[in-house]
Formats: sequence, structure tokens, C-alpha cells
Amino acid sequence: MNWLKRWLPDGRTLVTAVPYLWLLLFFLIPFVIVLKISFSQSAIAMPPYDPLFQWASEKMLQVKLNFGNFAFLVEDNLYWKSYLNSILVAGVSTLLCLLIGYPMAYAMARSSPSTRNILLLLAVLPFFTSFLLRVYAWIGLLKNNGLVNNALMAMGVIDQPIQMLQTDFAVYVGMVYSYLPFMILPLYSNLEKMDLTLLEAAADLGCKPWEGFVKVTLPLSMPGIVAGCLLVFIPAVGEFVIPSLLGDPGMLMIGKVLWTEFFNNRDWPVASAVAIALLLFLVLPIMYLDRAQNAANEDGEHK
Amino acid sequence: MQGKSWFRMLSLIIGFAFLYIPIASLIVYSFNASKLVTVWGGFSTKWYGELLHNAQILNAAWLSLRVAAISATISVILGTLAGMVLARFGPFKGRTLFSGLTTAPLVMPEVITGLSLLLLFVTMEQLIGWPAGRGMTTIIISHVTLTMAFVTVLVQSRLTQMDESLEEAALDLGARPWKVFFLITLPIIFPALLSGWLLAFTLSLDDLVIASFVAGPGSSTLPMVIFSKVRLGVSPDINALATILVVVVAIGVAVAGVMMTRQQKARDRDAQMALAANQQMIESVKRA
Repeated sequence: MNWLKRWLPDGRTLVTAVPYLWLLLFFLIPFVIVLKISFSQSAIAMPPYDPLFQWASEKMLQVKLNFGNFAFLVEDNLYWKSYLNSILVAGVSTLLCLLIGYPMAYAMARSSPSTRNILLLLAVLPFFTSFLLRVYAWIGLLKNNGLVNNALMAMGVIDQPIQMLQTDFAVYVGMVYSYLPFMILPLYSNLEKMDLTLLEAAADLGCKPWEGFVKVTLPLSMPGIVAGCLLVFIPAVGEFVIPSLLGDPGMLMIGKVLWTEFFNNRDWPVASAVAIALLLFLVLPIMYLDRAQNAANEDGEHK
Repeated sequence: MQGKSWFRMLSLIIGFAFLYIPIASLIVYSFNASKLVTVWGGFSTKWYGELLHNAQILNAAWLSLRVAAISATISVILGTLAGMVLARFGPFKGRTLFSGLTTAPLVMPEVITGLSLLLLFVTMEQLIGWPAGRGMTTIIISHVTLTMAFVTVLVQSRLTQMDESLEEAALDLGARPWKVFFLITLPIIFPALLSGWLLAFTLSLDDLVIASFVAGPGSSTLPMVIFSKVRLGVSPDINALATILVVVVAIGVAVAGVMMTRQQKARDRDAQMALAANQQMIESVKRA
């Protein structure tokens, strides 16, 4: 049996190889294919694009690179506007999530241990229920004859229903609502680990409570803030469901543009080019997030 | 700190109200007799009855449940392996890429993941003839890729918190690595696997964008059917469906939560006793 053992990979290699190969095949290689197709020309065929490599004659491989799709992205300002608007919407949503999520995470982390677990469960529970249906719930709330307008009219704040659905306001509400748990969780786990004696020391040295917060708690929670913001910002840039259900039909978001190019215009090469451009923009934040998470994990090991 | 206590209470109340009022409104209006979802027309359960007769929704739900169960199971297996690699195997060649590949699906915009997986499936079909056409298999593969990232994070963080000396003790006592994994590590990280499975299941059940890209004709998942209905406006039977989903998930999470807390307590006690016994043994060896 010894000869067999030499040829079979050892357990360690096998355990590494199985998930590694899966991710290479189903996550990394697909991006290479997207890159390839972003350089091809759209055609009326199935699949709807021309091949990049073609044998022109027996010994000649013809490579046709079409930069037209990227030139198209640069020239047509629809794409520029969509990218910029997506970044703006994602950025503002991230900021709003931070403003709402930080006090919540702080309050959760500073309550008694038994309440803490219940509050954590309550914060995670919506995350387990359907995202699509939770966005759908806001249609019912924000409609012209919806709950919010009815309540405001009953209280006499307004006489006429305000148009809220199909506005940017509705998109922000939906974004903050859907991504809030992503902000709360990393903040909570950071704030919960904090050494409270540091605050006592600050108080002993004459710091007022708010000074202690600004000078001690806030800087120490920076890793949690960064992780939470990235976890909200990166997926929010490419969000499709929320703007298409709650936003104005004409609202320009890059996720919607990609969807339309692919499903309605059936232009796979341009959709791929849109994806590659978005990916190039997101590579740096994603790498930064990976580093931040590794740092957090190593921090956990030392404790 | 007295003055700040009301502020913390207030932020909790407002925050949780924001999170739960929409869900509550879905549930309340699912019992509304009126077809106009937001105008109250008396109590009725007729939308639930209508749901049971909607073959399109039932078929889609059945497909989604099967996809979710299978992909969650595969994703827990792969995610556990990946979590073990990241938490226990130390540095190795290609580790940076590996850890990047396990993090990226968490945040990657779904439109990109969906498009890239579809193009992969199309290319693979041209090259090797598999997967022939698109349907349940391609949705399952895509959902495993998406959800295993979440399982990996859960398992990895549980493993880094776990006391490694228990595994080391078993290895010292002569157990083979795979035996240590099944007898020591697996039972201890089981709560993380359970919550990972639940999370993977619900994420798969919920996914609209990736499934829309990789599903073939005739394999519409539940979110795809809901989305096409919701685009036309609110409809009361969707509220009934939402209520059923919310109630099932809430019960599932609550049961899992209670189970995990109980198990955790028992495990902690066992682990402490084992460590104490180990300590005693070491000391008696030292004395001798």
C-alpha cells in the first residue's frame, strides 16, 4: 500500500484542494470569461457573440479583439452617469446605515449580557427573512394610498399624499433597510470586545463622557466602522432589486443598466464590459475588506 | 452615564421599529379581505386559500425549496473545509488568493456573479457539453458558490475562538487527524454549521438576481415568480406568502437559537472539565 500512498495526495492537500478548485472554477475563471466576452462582438446567434479566436486557415489563428464595447462605455454618457449615480447612492446609503447602525450597535453592546443575545437575534432575524419580500413591504408602506401617507394625513401633517414611491427617497429607505444588519454586525462584535476599563481610566483622568467616546471608543471601533461600511457599500453599488422596485423607472443605476443590456437588449458583450468596468472599480475595496477581515481574525486568535 | 441611557433606549426602539414595522405590515395586510392591499376591508384568510391553488407559485416554491436544501448542504461541507483551511492550516502557497476567493462572493454585486456564472456555463457547454442546458443544476452550483462564503466566515470565526488545546490533547493521545476532526472539532463547531446551513438555505431561497441569470426556461424559482408579480404592483396573495415565509423562518431561527445556547452551555462545561482533568494529569506526571 505504500506505493499507493505516495501517489495519493495527503489529507491536508485534499482538504485544501476541494474548496480551492470549486472557487477557482466557479468564481475566478468566470471573470476571465467575462473579460474575454467583453472584447468580442455581439452577433445574432446563440450564444449572441462572435468567437474571439478563429482558425483562419490551417496554421493561422486569428484573434479578433473588439475594443468597441469599452469605447462605447466611454462615449455614451448614460454609462458614466449610471456609474457616478450608483456610487453616490451607495455612498449616501452607507453613511445613513452608519448613522443609524452605530447607535444601535453601541446600545446593544452596552446592555446586559442576557439582553444582548436577544437584541442580536432581533437584529439578525430580518436578515434571515426574504430580502425581496422586505423590499416589497415598502411598496405597500410608501404608496400614495399606503400606510405612511395615510398615517401622515390622519395626523393632519399633510392634506395631499406625497409621492414617495418611485423617488430617490424610496431607494434610500430600501437600501438602508436592507443593508442595516451588515452594518450592525461588525460594529457590534467590535464594540462588544472593547475593554471598558479604558473608559474608566479616561474618566479618572478627567474626560467627560462624550470626550471619552470621541477619544477612546470611536478610534477603537474604527476597524468595525470600516468593515461595516465596505460590507454595505460594495454590494450596494451594483444593487438591482431595490432601484427597480422602489425607484423611478428612469433612475440610472449600473446594476439596472447591466440587467437591461443583458436581458432586454441581449447584448452580452456590452453587459460584460459594464461588469468588467464595475469590477475594476470594486477590486480595491474588496481587497481592503479581505485584509481587514484577516486582521480581525488574527486579533481573535491572540485573545 | 445616566443621561445617555435614554439615548441608547431610544436608538434601539427607533432602530428595531424601522426593522420590524414593514414586516408587521406585510403580516397584518395578508389577513385583509380587500383586494386593495392597503385599504382595510375586514379580516379574512382567503388569500391563503388562493395561494394553495396557485400552481405557478407552488411549483416555483417546490423548486426553490429543493435548490435551497441541496445547495445549503453542499455549501456547509465546502465551507467547513475552507474554514478549516483558513483557521488551522497556517500559511501555504496560494493562501492569499484562497482567502480572497472566500471573501469576495460575500460582497460581489449579484449582477456580476450572475452574469459571470452564466457565461461560464455557456462556455462549458460549448467546450465539454456539460451542463447541458440550464436549470436546477446550474442554480444549485451558483448558490453553493455564493453561500459557501458565508459558511466559511462563520466556521472560521468559530474555529479561531475555539480552544485549540482540546484538539492538541487528542492528537497527543494518538488520535488520527480525521478522528480528531469528527470526534472533537465537529461537535464543538456544530452550532456554527447549523446556523451556516440555515443562512445558506435562506440566502438561496431568497436569491433573485443570480437565479435569473443562470436559470433556464421552465425553471423559475420562487423569487423570480414573486418579482414578476410584484413588478405589476402589490397583490394580497404575495402578502400571504410573505407571512408564511416569515413565520417559518422566525420559528426556525428561534429553535436553532435555543438549541445552540443549550448545546453551547453543555459543551463549555465538558470542555472545562476535560481541560481540568488534563491539567491534573500533567501535574501528576510532573510530580512523578
